[in-house]
Amino acid sequence: MRMLIQWRTLFIGIAMVIFFATTAMGAKTHLKMGMVLEPPHLDPTAGAAAAIDEIVYANVFEGLTQIDQNGTVQPALAKSWDISRDQLTYTFQLNTGVTFHDGTTFDSDDVVFSLTRAMAKDSVNAQKGLFKTISSVKKQDSHTVIIQLKRPTGSFLFNMGWGDAVMVAKETVQKNKSTPIGTGPFKFNKWVKGDRVELIKNKSYWGNPAKLDKATFKFIPDPAAAVNAMMAGDIDAFDNFPAPESLSQFSANSRFKVVIGNTEGETILSTNNTRAPFDQLKVRQAIAHAINRQAIIDGAMFGYGTPIGSHFAPHHPAYVNLTYTFPYDLETAKKLLAEAGYPNGFKAAIKLPPPSYARRTGEIIAAQLKKIGIELEIVPVEWAQWLDQVFKKTDYDLTIVSHTEPMDIGIYARDRYYFNYKNAKFQALMKQLDQTVETKKRYALLATAQKILAEDAVNGFLFQLAKHGVWNKNIQGLWANSPVQANNLTQVYWTK
Amino acid sequence: MRLFLLKRMISTVLTLIVASVVIFVVLEILPGDPASFMLGIHAEAETLAALRAQLGLNQPLSIRYLEWIGGLLTGDLGNSYTYDVPVAELIRDRIMVSFPLALLAITLSTLIAIPLGVVAASQHNKPLDFLIMGFSQLGIAIPNFWFAMLLTIVFAVTLRWLPAGGFVGWDAGIIPALTSLLLPTVALALPQSAILARVTRSSMLDVLKEDYIRTARAKGVGYWSALWHHALRNAMIPVITIMGLQFSFLLAGTIIIENVFYLPGIGRLIFQAISQRDLIVVRDLVLLLSAAVILINFVVDILYALVDPRLRGFNDG
Amino acid sequence: MLWLIHACGDSTMVKQLKEVLQDGLYNRKFIIGSSITLLFFAMALLSYTWTPHSVEEINIAVKLAKPSLEYWLGTDHFGRDIFSMLIFGARNSVIVAMVAIVIGMGVGVPLGLIAAAKKGWIDETIMRFNDFTFAFPALISAIMITAILGPGSVNSIIAIGIFNIPVFARITRGTALSLWKREFILAAKSAGKGSIQISLEHILPNASNILIVQATIQFALGILAEAGLSYLGLGTQPPAPSWGKMLNDAQTFIHFAPQLAIYPGLTIAITVLGLNLFGDGLRDVLDPKLRRSR
Repeated sequence: MRMLIQWRTLFIGIAMVIFFATTAMGAKTHLKMGMVLEPPHLDPTAGAAAAIDEIVYANVFEGLTQIDQNGTVQPALAKSWDISRDQLTYTFQLNTGVTFHDGTTFDSDDVVFSLTRAMAKDSVNAQKGLFKTISSVKKQDSHTVIIQLKRPTGSFLFNMGWGDAVMVAKETVQKNKSTPIGTGPFKFNKWVKGDRVELIKNKSYWGNPAKLDKATFKFIPDPAAAVNAMMAGDIDAFDNFPAPESLSQFSANSRFKVVIGNTEGETILSTNNTRAPFDQLKVRQAIAHAINRQAIIDGAMFGYGTPIGSHFAPHHPAYVNLTYTFPYDLETAKKLLAEAGYPNGFKAAIKLPPPSYARRTGEIIAAQLKKIGIELEIVPVEWAQWLDQVFKKTDYDLTIVSHTEPMDIGIYARDRYYFNYKNAKFQALMKQLDQTVETKKRYALLATAQKILAEDAVNGFLFQLAKHGVWNKNIQGLWANSPVQANNLTQVYWTK
Repeated sequence: MRLFLLKRMISTVLTLIVASVVIFVVLEILPGDPASFMLGIHAEAETLAALRAQLGLNQPLSIRYLEWIGGLLTGDLGNSYTYDVPVAELIRDRIMVSFPLALLAITLSTLIAIPLGVVAASQHNKPLDFLIMGFSQLGIAIPNFWFAMLLTIVFAVTLRWLPAGGFVGWDAGIIPALTSLLLPTVALALPQSAILARVTRSSMLDVLKEDYIRTARAKGVGYWSALWHHALRNAMIPVITIMGLQFSFLLAGTIIIENVFYLPGIGRLIFQAISQRDLIVVRDLVLLLSAAVILINFVVDILYALVDPRLRGFNDG
Repeated sequence: MLWLIHACGDSTMVKQLKEVLQDGLYNRKFIIGSSITLLFFAMALLSYTWTPHSVEEINIAVKLAKPSLEYWLGTDHFGRDIFSMLIFGARNSVIVAMVAIVIGMGVGVPLGLIAAAKKGWIDETIMRFNDFTFAFPALISAIMITAILGPGSVNSIIAIGIFNIPVFARITRGTALSLWKREFILAAKSAGKGSIQISLEHILPNASNILIVQATIQFALGILAEAGLSYLGLGTQPPAPSWGKMLNDAQTFIHFAPQLAIYPGLTIAITVLGLNLFGDGLRDVLDPKLRRSR
């Protein structure tokens, strides 16, 4: 049966190839992109899942501003803006001729609606903090909006470029979870639950139109299935391939391009700084000495990743290399442990969330710490449990997680963050940073901040997560790095 | 018989009620909050409270239980927390994968098992019998997920004849859809057929000893004809019972195999819903699956009693 | 071998054992099955004293090594010795399956005995409870248990143990019901013995053969179930090696290190095959005894 059909399709196929080869068929216009996780829904203003933004950000929904692939702010629905001298009043000029996918016009009213909705008391926006600084949003005319801030906020324009701050229409907002209606160059077409989301080109897009006619996001959580799908051509691209161990077979294959880029993900051995014995600096330093980062990167990430010594991304200009603050040295580690009162080590538990980077790194860390007498019990947890036990109740000794938000060193100054780290000096430093505008001074402050964290060995700083992009060599325009969680397809095209 | 039927019906309904309470309570103990999962680590307390209120998580337990059951009775399975679509819709999509898979697996395993069992019985203690029973022993011993991996290695990785996973969807056409279900079906069916073949064989052996087969043979009915027409029909009773009992295993098998081949079916939905704390989906699904098993057991019991009146007394104990 | 048996003493226990073994030696299934089973238990015991390499020692430098004199079956993605992990995994399988049987028999057998002895509503209640436990798909209850308590071998023991309860209850009840109709029980009854006493003194010993055979079958099923749960990430957790977990790990490497997926699966299959053959053989061997005692 199958054979028969194959033969028939083969004949038709050959005939078509001959036909099209002679008429010089144009390049492909359909991109099939692989993703590990399926989003729970498609409304970026009502959920934290990165998978939502990975599909709709910049493709379906747009904000006043947008983050480009270098992580800088670009105009989007707002074509320009003026900032008052006291940095409290932002006047946005909106683009004209913009329509939502249902045909309705986008204007000032939609901006007022979208932002007011995100700020409201019953808002379920996962990044409500982005809007905290806003005191009012007012319409001046149909294409001018004035936003008043409570205090000067250097990152305001960047914040407006987040997926959580995109513009939505009042009429369609209720249904955005299942049928998103935005202003972007792609329209939502359909969602086959458990399998894929399809977007099609928005023919009446207000700006630079998309080059693709159709984009399909296919969900493949299993790395082995992902390899097969890529090899078989069921998938054209994987923005961040789930299994670093299989990258070598793609780079060896001339059909594919493997592009290793940066992410904002500092992978750390988060430590409960108030729980004994981790409340002792010497114990934390001993752990830092006992961690062999290169072995972790080789073992868990198959060599992809950059060792770090503090909570800061190596590709950032303010980065200071502190990787060797506590070099791998078991003797020193044992000595420090003995000085802290644990000559024979101790027992503790390490809670590991589901991603394979965390599980594998955890296994290796457990083996490494065993060498200095620290016996770790491995406790795998689901994300829901991790959020509840580790993050919310800080009921843990150690855990491994990648902090993927850009420029998030400020979390160490928070009062109740799950590391339970309290350092008045660091908090003062962060306050000073908030009020500093000049780049050079800011970088100097950031350098000091990195050093404090490194020397305090707050957490085990392990490595910066790499982004493993794999795609067909004929695809152009995909991002190498990921300054935001997004697959911006607006400029992607096939060369053949 | 009527009394027996009534008794069994009452106890089936009671079992279902107990099941629903157990499922509900267990899911309430489940650590982890659906709202905080949905909003992630940057959520503010106020946002969480708003979402919890929106999801109706602040109502007392008993009210929520009654609302759930009331909804079920009126055919309303509720709305999924995470997807925000009716659970019924979600389940329907997934059943379109799991049910055909289970059906195909049952069909294939029956098609393999019955002839093998019959042949083995007819060749009792001859080489062919040993061969078939040897394969059957092997089939029972092999974990189906490992068998699935072996199939993947051979047909997807090495030969590249078939996809290693995923489901193209029925709208891609019958042939591509069936193609993506082929390896999963085989992986499920072969171990299953190993068990069925054994049961068929021993049931056939029992029936072949009975008088009426000898009578039929004496009347000049041919050997194979007697085997197929007379013996097999009677031998099928225990086989069907075992198939009914195997239903629960088949369910479990489907869940594992869906994970190996990454098929968007019921099994994956359960895993996903539990990890996302989409409790509404979890409890609907778990109740649905338990109800299916309970009802199938009920039907099998009734059939059994119809076929074998002695058992009624046995069951009435 | 036969000589050894003959050389043994002549008490009734030994005599019975002798007969069983004599019969066993002529039963191919029993011989093959028991040898594999013995080997499996030997592996589990061996893991307490010796494995070629440490199973927890991670050595990234030699990851995914091919089989060699140093690493007989090669190494996994962390450079751990596969052969050592297989030996260690046997211990894990034995413990999980064994304890699960203890749970299943410990609860199921008394339930079955009571149901058969008391009949009436007690029987009905117990059998409904049985149906209920049986109706709950074992995998689903395992998933729920791990969702609440977190994954781990203890929880897979509980899940498999719960699954074993109705199996033993059912088979005990069935056997007991048929025994209750027998003359020697009627005699005991007329001698004024209570139903509990009869159950313990007469029913249980006579049901033991069937229960032992069932236990071997459940043991094999338990090993399969443990592998399945660990494969799904719900069972045994690292660093303790388990066969199912090894298969789970192997899946991502299936394209360039398929051998990782072959060895653990083959080990499971051979072990389960051995146990099933052993169970079958045991039934064949014990059956004539049963008949003779009737």
